[in-house]
Formats: sequence, C-alpha cells, structure tokens
Amino acid sequence: MNAAFLYGSAGILLFALGLWSFLVHEPLLRKLIGFNIMGSGVFHLFIAVAHNGDGAAPDPVPHALVLTGIVVAVSATALALALNSRLEAAAAKASDAEAGSRGAPERAPSSAHHLRWPSQ
Amino acid sequence: MTSTSLFLPVALPLLGALLVTALPRKMPILGALAALATSGSGLWVTTQTWLHGDLGLVLGGWGLPLGIGLAADGLSAALLAMSSLVGLGTSVYAIGYFAGSERCTHFWPLWFLLWASLNGVFLAADLFNLYVMLELLGLSAAALGALTGTREALAANLRYLLVGLLGSITYLLGVALLYTGYGTLDIGLLGARIQPTPLAATALVLMVAGLALKAALFPMHFWLPPAHANAPAPVSAALSALVVKTAFYLILRLWLDLFPPALTNAAAAFVLGTLGAGAVLWGSWRALRAERLKLLAAYSTVAQIGYLFLFFPLLQATPAGAARDDLIAACVLMAMTHSFAKAGFFLAAGLVQQKAGHDRIDELGGAAQSMPATTFSIALAGSALIGLPPSGSFIAKWVMMRGAFETGQWWWLIIIGAGTLLAAAYIFRVLSRAFGLEPTPQCFVTDARAEIPALLLALASVVLLGLAAGPIWSLLGFEGVQA
Repeated sequence: MNAAFLYGSAGILLFALGLWSFLVHEPLLRKLIGFNIMGSGVFHLFIAVAHNGDGAAPDPVPHALVLTGIVVAVSATALALALNSRLEAAAAKASDAEAGSRGAPERAPSSAHHLRWPSQ
Repeated sequence: MTSTSLFLPVALPLLGALLVTALPRKMPILGALAALATSGSGLWVTTQTWLHGDLGLVLGGWGLPLGIGLAADGLSAALLAMSSLVGLGTSVYAIGYFAGSERCTHFWPLWFLLWASLNGVFLAADLFNLYVMLELLGLSAAALGALTGTREALAANLRYLLVGLLGSITYLLGVALLYTGYGTLDIGLLGARIQPTPLAATALVLMVAGLALKAALFPMHFWLPPAHANAPAPVSAALSALVVKTAFYLILRLWLDLFPPALTNAAAAFVLGTLGAGAVLWGSWRALRAERLKLLAAYSTVAQIGYLFLFFPLLQATPAGAARDDLIAACVLMAMTHSFAKAGFFLAAGLVQQKAGHDRIDELGGAAQSMPATTFSIALAGSALIGLPPSGSFIAKWVMMRGAFETGQWWWLIIIGAGTLLAAAYIFRVLSRAFGLEPTPQCFVTDARAEIPALLLALASVVLLGLAAGPIWSLLGFEGVQA
C-alpha cells in the first residue's frame, strides 16, 4: 500500500510539473516534453493502481491502458513535430520571398521556432 | 443483427480509410461509396435504437473489463444520426471541392479516420475507449485542418493539436483517479458505484475542464476561430458542426449518467452556465466584428456552444420529470440544429470564397448574388443560428426560456435575448451584401453537386429539425414537448 501510494503521488507530482512546463514555456519542443511528462505521470498512477500487494499478480487492465496510452502519446508527439517542421518550412519560404523582394541578403529571423499563443 | 450492427459505424469508415489509401486512383468513387456505407450504418443503428431501445455489444469475444464495449441509447443515437447526415453532405461536397487537387489524396483517409472516431465517441461505453477515440479525433482533425498548407493554417492547427492534447491528458488523469477509487471504467457500472467523495469531485473537475477546453468553452475558445477559419471548407464544416460537439456530448453524458447529483450541484452548474453566457456574448460580438465570412462562422460556433452550456444550471434546478426531459431533448435539438446549420453555412461560405477568390464580407456582394442557391443556404442556416421559427433552435430556445422562468433564473433570459439579437445582427450584416445592383442570373442552382449539399443541410436545420422535432423526444424515450 505504502509503495503504491508513493508511486501514485509521484505520478501526480509529475503531472503537475509537466503541466507547468507545458503552460509556461514558449518553444514547441519544451511543450511537447512537458506533455510527455504529464502523460508519464498519469501512467505512473495507473501502474500504482495495478499493484495488488507483493507476490500477488497485478491487475492487467491498467497495464493494457498504459500501453495504449504510450502509443497515443508517441503518435501525437510525432504529428506535432511534423506540423512544426512544415510550419518552419513555410515560414522560411515566406521570409525568403520577403528578403528577395527587399533585396536584403540575410534572412529575417523565423518566428516559427517559438510557437506563440494568441494574444486575445 | 440488432446489437451486432453497433460496430459498423466505426468499422466501415476505418475500412474506407484503408481502401482509399490502398487505391488512390479510385479515390472519389471509393470515397463516395464508403461515405454512403458509413452514413447508412449510422442511420441503421439509430433506427434499431428507435425500435428496440438501448443496444450494447462487447467486441472480440472478451468479457468486460478487457473487451471493448459499445453502447447506444437515445442520446448516442440522435448524435449518430447527426454525424451520419452531416458527414454524408460534407462528403458529397468534398468530391467536387477537391476534384483534381493534390489535397484529395490526403483528405479522404483523414476524413474517414475522423468520422470513425466521431462515431466511436458516440458509441463507446467506457471511459478509456472514449479517451482513445478523443485522441484519434484530435489527431485527424488537426491534420485535416492543416491541409491548406498555409502558414496561418499550420500555426493554428499546431496550436489546436496542443490544446487538444492538454485537454485529453487532463481528462485521462480524471479517468485514472476514478479507476483508483472504483476499479471500473464502464460508465454504467461506475455510475452505480460512485460516491460523492473528494476523489470523485477532483475527477469531475479534471474531466470537465479537459473536455471544456476541447469544446472551446469561453474563455478556452481562443484556439477555435483561427483553426476553423483557415481550414478547407468541408473540413471547417466537419470541425465546427461535429468535432466540438463530441466534447460537449461527453460532458453531458458525465453530468447525466456518471456523477452523483451531490457533485453536479448548483455551484458547479452555475460555473458552467456563466462560462456559457460569456461565450454567447463574446462569441456573438466577435462574429459581428469579423471581417471574413469564415471567421464570422467560427466565432458564431463559440457563441452557439455557449447556449449548450446554459442548459446545465436549468437542468440542475429542474426536478426529474417531464420538464427536465424537455430540457434534455431541447439541448440535443439545439446541438443538432447548430450542427446542420453550421455545416450548411461553412459549405456555402466555401463556395462564395471559391467564386470570389476571398471571403471578405464587405466585398462579397457580386459573388453572392451570382449564386442564388448558395446565398439562400446562408440565409436559411443563418435563420437557424438566430433561432427564428420554424428552425430547431427556435423550439430549443423556447424550452430553455421556459425553464429559466420556471426555475426563477431570470438572468439567463437576458443572455439568450442579447445573444439572439447579436446573431440577427451578424447574419443580416452578411445578407445585406447579397442584394446589390448587379444582374441576378436566371437559374437558381448554378453548380448542383456543390450547392445542393449545403442547401439540404441548411434546409434540414430549419424544416426537418424545426417542424419535425417530435421524433427526438421519442428517440430519447420521453413523452412529447409540453409547450
């Protein structure tokens, strides 16, 4: 019971830390790492619930849920990274066109590296 | 065949996604066939629920809790009918919209994934499968929204994806807490076991907060207008009409079937109602000020979602009985009417945008006037968004206002009145541009395949859901409306 409680509390702590990182940091990569830490926190909690005491077989349902959850988190992370690389390509193209029309040789700094939340 | 058909509305679109990916050359025909099959299976399940009552199925020969459970009751069946009809209209429109375009090959597989997960949310019987379906929905919706490939669309949909992930992981933490406390995820079993403990209260807050973020409830709506306004027209229609409804459906389901009345109390209902009121006023105001037609439609979605949340304080204050049944049915009717009307509106807006090359409201006069059927669709859908009789939202608002009178919560009447006036203002602002001095063409329909789906969807929101709203009451298992 004690070990499961510690493990579960650690999960909730991880979720809170991940949430903080997700909300506070601007760069996409840090947001994604934050999201994955939040996910790990939830998985910790599920694994703590599965524990049925030393020696007893664990509850299989939470384990199945964690495996599914990991697959979902990996796909979501991949899609976010893919969208971001498209966004950076589009931003680079736009700033190239801008620089070309002005005749300036250097490229304007891309804002896509730091995904911003809207200011309304 | 009655209960076993429950898996079809999820399996057929998945099969469709596989087929269009494997045989890209046959894409429009295969897409149309798969859309017809999906839509037909959804309507079949609705009819079976209508005839035989609640249905249930556990897949794969595994018993609960390992097997994947599907269930359909009146509420799921009504929303399944909505996703089937709106989905079919959107598919027919998409055939013409993406014809000969590179994006066609990306649209169809993602669209069928989206449709499968929509139906999956409406039919799933346990909280974890709901999470998987919600994530699948979020991933396919963000990918679809980014199809235009412009910088604005990519940025808006990356933000949409992140917000959706935050919402669903918060929901999942609530699910994990419930499993810790009660050892089951099946909605029916959990509803019988759950007690008003601090653990259940925390789970309620986490799950509703996560889902409200996905439903774009004010002030968590910031991601919706850019994401919906920058997507291709059929995608905007599906996102605004169907995808945001799934998160609302889940909140309603948790509220009605899962959490005990001691937790879904007056204070919680008042918070949801107040946020809904904020959404009605702010969304309508921003729609009135919007310069682009699709942005107007997106802000109007924010406002219409707000109306749905106004039902919670009314439901909470009304004792079980005919009056409460009326409120639940009116809430479903409101959601369905908005779905048909907004899909019609976005599809018509897409045609105007294609014709004019832009969608700035102030310069749309000529383009709108040269397409009478499309302008008529916008007007019909607009009358349903305002809530003019005989549209479905007129009946829903009527029942809502009666509920507000009967429970003594007069302040919601002011919100409903103000929101309706603002909606009238933003709709007539668009329509007034369509009556310029340019010559009007002789024929009503100029491009049948593109214009008819929008027209039919808009017509359904006014005629089908307005004049024939009674069946929704019987589908939900209630007596008739007592107006």
